[in-house]
Amino acid sequence: MTYRALFSWLTPQIYIPSLLMAPIFQILLFAYIGRSAGLESDEFYVIGNALQYAAIPCLFAMTQMIGGERYQNTLSAILVSPARRIPLFFGRAIPVVANGAFVSAFSLAVGSLILDVDIPLSAVPALAFIIVVAAFSCTGLGLINAAISLRVRENAVLSNVIFGFLLIFTGANVPLSELPNWMATLSGALPFTHAIKAAREVADGASFASVSVLVGTEALIGLCYAAIGYALLRFMEVQSRRYASLERS
Amino acid sequence: MRRNLRLLRVAWLLNVKQLTRSSFDGFLAIAWPLFFATVAFFMFREGGDPQALVYASLGAAVMGIWTATSVSAGSALHRERWFGTLELLVAAPAHFSLVLLPLAFATSAIGIYCMATTLLWGRFAFGINVPLEHPLFMAAAIPATVLSIGALGFLMAVAFARYRTAWALGSLTEYPIWLICGFLVPLTLLPTWVHPISWALAPTWGMRAIRESSTGGTPLPDIGMCVLLGGIYIAIGVFVTESVLRAARRSASLSLT
Repeated sequence: MTYRALFSWLTPQIYIPSLLMAPIFQILLFAYIGRSAGLESDEFYVIGNALQYAAIPCLFAMTQMIGGERYQNTLSAILVSPARRIPLFFGRAIPVVANGAFVSAFSLAVGSLILDVDIPLSAVPALAFIIVVAAFSCTGLGLINAAISLRVRENAVLSNVIFGFLLIFTGANVPLSELPNWMATLSGALPFTHAIKAAREVADGASFASVSVLVGTEALIGLCYAAIGYALLRFMEVQSRRYASLERS
Repeated sequence: MRRNLRLLRVAWLLNVKQLTRSSFDGFLAIAWPLFFATVAFFMFREGGDPQALVYASLGAAVMGIWTATSVSAGSALHRERWFGTLELLVAAPAHFSLVLLPLAFATSAIGIYCMATTLLWGRFAFGINVPLEHPLFMAAAIPATVLSIGALGFLMAVAFARYRTAWALGSLTEYPIWLICGFLVPLTLLPTWVHPISWALAPTWGMRAIRESSTGGTPLPDIGMCVLLGGIYIAIGVFVTESVLRAARRSASLSLT
């Protein structure tokens, strides 16, 4: 209910252009840049961008789910309630993960159809699981973003900036081997990096077992971000009580 | 005539001031294309062709002008509606186009910041030296491109007048225009059915003019096409404004409430 109430992008007038059409154009843009520069195959860009685009629904929705309460003047009512915080915050993350995974899967399917990328049917279940893990991982980062949005007014700007960093660092379009060492090292701690690599290997015929370490690392990264996000939310909650900053908008 | 020019000047200045103080329209409009430019620079550097990097640098620079324009101009009317000033502006004695046009030009003028930032980023972070074969033509090509992109933004602003979520439509046009106007990908790589659409878009010609001014060539016809198309967009925009306002007055739907 909270998801439907607070994530304003669910209306078709926003959902279709922003979450269904825009990722397809992003895939086409980078696939054509790749062709122009004579680099990787279309499959490389379809998978990379389809997974990475889940950052938009995950980051924006998570921020709107928490920060949106402030704009609706309901945040203080929620935070003074005796409700346990873990189900309160993590319960909101479940539909975010589901929507992020759907956006990724849709982009992957349509992008593959348009660019005639052949993904074997046998790879679909493993790809679906990887997509869910990637969406979960980014939702963990979204929780941190949401906590920050309790203090930062311009959360849309912040979400876009994080999306931009993920675009560069996760290997969605630039192979990690082509990034400077410090960037490649940092990318290992970001959502999507391992999931994108795993998805590419699975699409190339690797078994799920052979990428299980990558998927496990991705899930672990998501858990770490979720834990940090939860801690940050509690910290912001305490801070906002102390400095009366809860309703600052 | 003097009054109208004064109105255009004052409204443009007011909107530029407002936009530069907004972190979304100011900071993000500059940062957003930089992320994409960075990815493109890495990709073209991997390709190993220095000329391609120059090509990408100029394209990424113009991408910023469109980014600054697409969302802000697309949602311009909705923003006025949100501020509660739309009815006042429509009811003012000045033609509504004279209010909206400087707003669209202001958004594209913000793109000059993006352009400069992207070129500097390419120069200092990736060592891309952009040549300047025809400085005078470049001095004409940049304003022509900025104005024609502003004119396209104006057309979008009036076309999206009846949509509450115009920002989403404006945002949606970002990637396609980057792609089909040849900012980073030569038009020859795109399917042939896309070419007529590209030719009808002023940014295509503006991009060509800037490239030819930089690397050598004959940019004058491209500048001419860019200005011509910009003029056509404004003429269509004024006509559409009339129709939209007439329909809104008739059905009392200007506020969309």
